[in-house]
Amino acid sequence: MGSVTATVAPPTGSNVTRWFRTFGAIVVAGFRRHATYRQAALAGVVTNTVFGFLRCYIFLAVAGTAGSVAGYDRAQLATFVWAGQGLLAVILLWGWTDLADRIRTGEIASDLLRPVHPVTSYLAADLGRAGFASLSRLLPPVLIGPLFFDVYLPRRWATVPLFALSVLVAVVLCFGCRFLVNATAYWLQDVRGAVILWTLCSGVLAGLYFPLRFLPGWLQLPLWYATPFPSLFQTPLDVLVERDPAPTQLGLVGLQVAWAVLILAACRLVQRRAERRLVVQGG
Amino acid sequence: MSQVIDVRGLRKEFTVRVKAGRLRREKRVVTAVDGVDLRVERGEMLGYIGPNGAGKSTTLKMLTGVLMPSAGEVRVCGLRPVAERTRLALRIGVVFGQRSQLWWDLPLRDSFDLLRHVYRVPAAEHATRLRRCRDLLDLDEFLDTPVRQLSLGQRMRGELTAALLHGPEVLFLDEPTIGLDVVSKQAVRGFLAELGRASDTTLVLTTHDLADIERLCRRLVVIDHGRVVHDGSIAALHSRYGSRRLVVAELDTALPAPPTLPGAPLHRVEADGHRLVFALESAGVAEVVAGLAGLAALRDISIVEPDIEEVVARLYRSPAQV
Repeated sequence: MGSVTATVAPPTGSNVTRWFRTFGAIVVAGFRRHATYRQAALAGVVTNTVFGFLRCYIFLAVAGTAGSVAGYDRAQLATFVWAGQGLLAVILLWGWTDLADRIRTGEIASDLLRPVHPVTSYLAADLGRAGFASLSRLLPPVLIGPLFFDVYLPRRWATVPLFALSVLVAVVLCFGCRFLVNATAYWLQDVRGAVILWTLCSGVLAGLYFPLRFLPGWLQLPLWYATPFPSLFQTPLDVLVERDPAPTQLGLVGLQVAWAVLILAACRLVQRRAERRLVVQGG
Repeated sequence: MSQVIDVRGLRKEFTVRVKAGRLRREKRVVTAVDGVDLRVERGEMLGYIGPNGAGKSTTLKMLTGVLMPSAGEVRVCGLRPVAERTRLALRIGVVFGQRSQLWWDLPLRDSFDLLRHVYRVPAAEHATRLRRCRDLLDLDEFLDTPVRQLSLGQRMRGELTAALLHGPEVLFLDEPTIGLDVVSKQAVRGFLAELGRASDTTLVLTTHDLADIERLCRRLVVIDHGRVVHDGSIAALHSRYGSRRLVVAELDTALPAPPTLPGAPLHRVEADGHRLVFALESAGVAEVVAGLAGLAALRDISIVEPDIEEVVARLYRSPAQV
């Protein structure tokens, strides 16, 4: 037993390398954790696909005989819908209350006892989840949509890597927003009100219910700059369907990055505040 | 020996809101821990007990950096738990009997592998520790089972392993045997006893099962209403509270008058005078047996050790008397 309780060996390699290794291990574990729920993934794909048809027919109807609306042609609208249906589970706008549940039950104590900052470890786990969702939830609608509709494929080579970056940043940003919504449990215990508000706002203002370009111009500017919502969902899809010229697309992704940095900083701040007033009841 | 835990004047107050009318709510301050002083040496095995709501778990959470103290000084491994929580986490292990630190959806083996990366333990060291825990706690049969499918006893063995894989200097155990069957309890106790014997790991154990304490800890700290009411050995608790060993003598025939033995007053008479119970004070067992043999024919003699549960129950009921 002697060696069982030996102290941790002095670290080798640089701190940054070791940090990335730890981060990577949590990402992989997040992927594997979600990979155990395959039937749930299948049910999600079916739902996303059914709603994909519904949304696609509605938007195409809006485009009407003119064949375009708010700067999107019919093919762009179809791509917007089907890629959006796939991205919904990757970005995960809704349905994540893990942190709030752990705060409510006191399990958060176990997270605080790890040598990794809770925001970092939850982010890493969420990236793993998004990785699995990219395979299980993004691919099927993206492959099914083109079988029934004419879709728009990117014409600029830079669009594909920019889209990948934009999705990655959207995942990080959305995680940050969800973390903040969940963190209200430190103060409120019951987060249902905050979650309902978030569900409503993110559905309408992120571009899920309808592309935000349908809104009047005077509303779009403050929405993009003053709220993180368009950066969550609308921006990656606009990048994919090449709604704007390349420099504008780059600017929109830059705005996404700025929001992600800001929200993650807010997460750390909120977490620090919360830990100072944390009450872990019972046992 | 050096101190690994140094606590001075530790306090924790919670503000609760109580209903004081139809709409009005009043704030009330509840003191969960009220000026605890505690020093623990390296390698010590400390039992930290108290009734429900006494402040045991709150103390433990402050020692591990989960809760912020309202007042007082705390050093664990020379670190301030809340301010230096991440650094402290590398040097302590914690098992909460009522919570899990394992990943619900992952097999135990994957949880352990993830912990290796989280705690940045070199692969060889991790493998050695895991192998020893597998041997001592019989983990092999459920190592590939997802944590959510483990029985409580299996999960607790997994939790213990998880808390030890990074080689902590201090192991905090908050009710590690709660809800376990006799066999699992024995396995956990045996493992912890072995850990205490073979290493200089400091162990702080809170429990309601006093057999855990008797089996593992030489030092016992009793807390009630947030204050330490006893700090010393179990023997010291007995002598302080006047609990004594008993000699039970079964006689062939009852004596006409109750016998008097020097240093061992008669505690009670049972079975129509056929069973006499003496409390050992200054006299030894041999003296009592010799004294009785001269008075009556003995059928059987047995010695009853003082019951710690009884002593502690009396302590909980009236700590002020002690």
